[in-house]
Amino acid sequence: MSLLTVSNLAKRYRRRGRPFPAVDDVSFEVNPAETLALAGPSGSGKSTIARLVLRLIEPDAGSIEFEGADFLALSGAALRTRRARLQMVFQDPLAAFNPRATVARVLDDPLRIHGLASRTERPRRIAALLERVGLETGLAGRAIHEISGGQRQRVAIARAIATKPSLIVLDEAVSALDVSVRGQILELLLDLQRQERIAYLFISHDLGVIRAVAHRVVILEAGRIAESGDARAVIANPQSAIGKALVAATPRLHGNTAS
Amino acid sequence: MTALLSIRNLSVSYRRDGVEVAALKDISLDLEAGERLAIIGESGSGKSTLALAVASLLAGGARIGGSIEWSASQLQTSRSFAPPSVLPDISPTRGEIGSSLVGIPSATSTFGESENGSSISPQVGEMSGRTEGGAVERQPLDNRGGAPLLGRDIGFVFQDPSSSLDPVMPVGKQIAEVARTHLRLDWPNAYAKTRTLLERVRLPEATLHAYPHQLSGGQKQRVAIAAAIAAAPRLLIADEATSALDTIVQAEIVALIGQLVAEDGMTLLFISHDIALAATLAKRIAVLRHGQLVELGETSQIINAPRHAYARALLDAHLGLDAGPLLDRQGASA
Repeated sequence: MSLLTVSNLAKRYRRRGRPFPAVDDVSFEVNPAETLALAGPSGSGKSTIARLVLRLIEPDAGSIEFEGADFLALSGAALRTRRARLQMVFQDPLAAFNPRATVARVLDDPLRIHGLASRTERPRRIAALLERVGLETGLAGRAIHEISGGQRQRVAIARAIATKPSLIVLDEAVSALDVSVRGQILELLLDLQRQERIAYLFISHDLGVIRAVAHRVVILEAGRIAESGDARAVIANPQSAIGKALVAATPRLHGNTAS
Repeated sequence: MTALLSIRNLSVSYRRDGVEVAALKDISLDLEAGERLAIIGESGSGKSTLALAVASLLAGGARIGGSIEWSASQLQTSRSFAPPSVLPDISPTRGEIGSSLVGIPSATSTFGESENGSSISPQVGEMSGRTEGGAVERQPLDNRGGAPLLGRDIGFVFQDPSSSLDPVMPVGKQIAEVARTHLRLDWPNAYAKTRTLLERVRLPEATLHAYPHQLSGGQKQRVAIAAAIAAAPRLLIADEATSALDTIVQAEIVALIGQLVAEDGMTLLFISHDIALAATLAKRIAVLRHGQLVELGETSQIINAPRHAYARALLDAHLGLDAGPLLDRQGASA
């Protein structure tokens, strides 16, 4: 049974007075412990889908079922409870966090808000979270703006897993990182997936990264699904024009190695 | 090959919170006339500092050591098809005369361990080649010992076109101003030149009247490139010029840069964090780490047989379409 089922999702914005379909009749499923990647050029609707799934914005049409419940029908306390199971990590953790907050404060919030640990328990839980994402526990007292980009993204992942989610939406979560750091963060994400059976909705413009970590991929163009399937198969042999264009545009180290 | 510029023992440091931070340490390399050299490295490697140093754009407080020596004959070549009035005066009025090129006068910036003061900073105001409102008469052209002038001899394309373009001026005027300033054209001729430039970067003529906010990221970067090449510079510096663009637009802009550089015989300094992207464009690659040049070689040698462990590590970290997936190692299943 799928963890997340998105059916006929639609969202229109208005651009210069005209309705503009950002997401148009999009359907997909994410299974437990699976990574589904959303790929596509700028403006293809990737990030709008992420926001819809997180209910940061409301769709014009369609349904979202999460953990067997109608996610769009939830409100108030029921929505807050369910949201603990659905977390997010964005591209720029410096923009996502209060820069003056300490690492400990950033991790304390979800534990406190979702009532996951008592005040006396929380420092121990924060230390455990830091260790889980490969950070020194001594980092707890540091301010978010004082630590490196890679450390900050680890803190973002620690915050996301604090509420024991079944699904994490990763919106270009490794795009701003140096390649050496990026590899470490991807390894961490795969390790968490294996240990905790977390599913990822992995949004990225980078087919190389998608090919390395995703099980399946959905390729979007202008808000619609152009093609989808096994990540390696689709990238090795794209069928849609946009899929072919994305593969052709990906820089290669060794000339024409693909297809 | 003749060197367009020779960098010798270049060191740059900044003061940050009262602490001296070294951004570049003892860098020496030659940029050959007409070649495409990529500088790659991660955050804090000093790759952008190197680009800024070459363009004399370093912040006023930077401490600079070593020298950047330009071949005046190479600079002069580039002006042969420009009006005579913009030919640089190559008389050695400042700094030292380079001795490496026998019989050819050169322009050298020898920094010693001095503060980056008056000798460097004045060019900062000319990064866009623009004077106030575009209507103010310019100072006589800067002829400091034949030293290259940013906008005229060096074109610079930055990562974020939204911040390098004036948001309240039509983009056509922004390009025309460069032509007017550095080629000494009147407005009608500067606009005629601008139309040609828009065609060369494959933007429709109507773009002339557009404001930056009306253009996509890729279109804005095309405008920035048109402005950068307007005065037919000898050297084009692209500093992470495609990093904010999506993959497809990035490939288009890289192809455009490659084509323009070939057509005009420009020398290209391509700064990137992406070794695969650099390899598609560059003939040679320089790898920087923590402000030091760890390896410099032909692209094929760096890609296929890197000598330095760090260059190897960068290649290993690249996740290309031919890389082994991380997923296989754990045997995860859907």
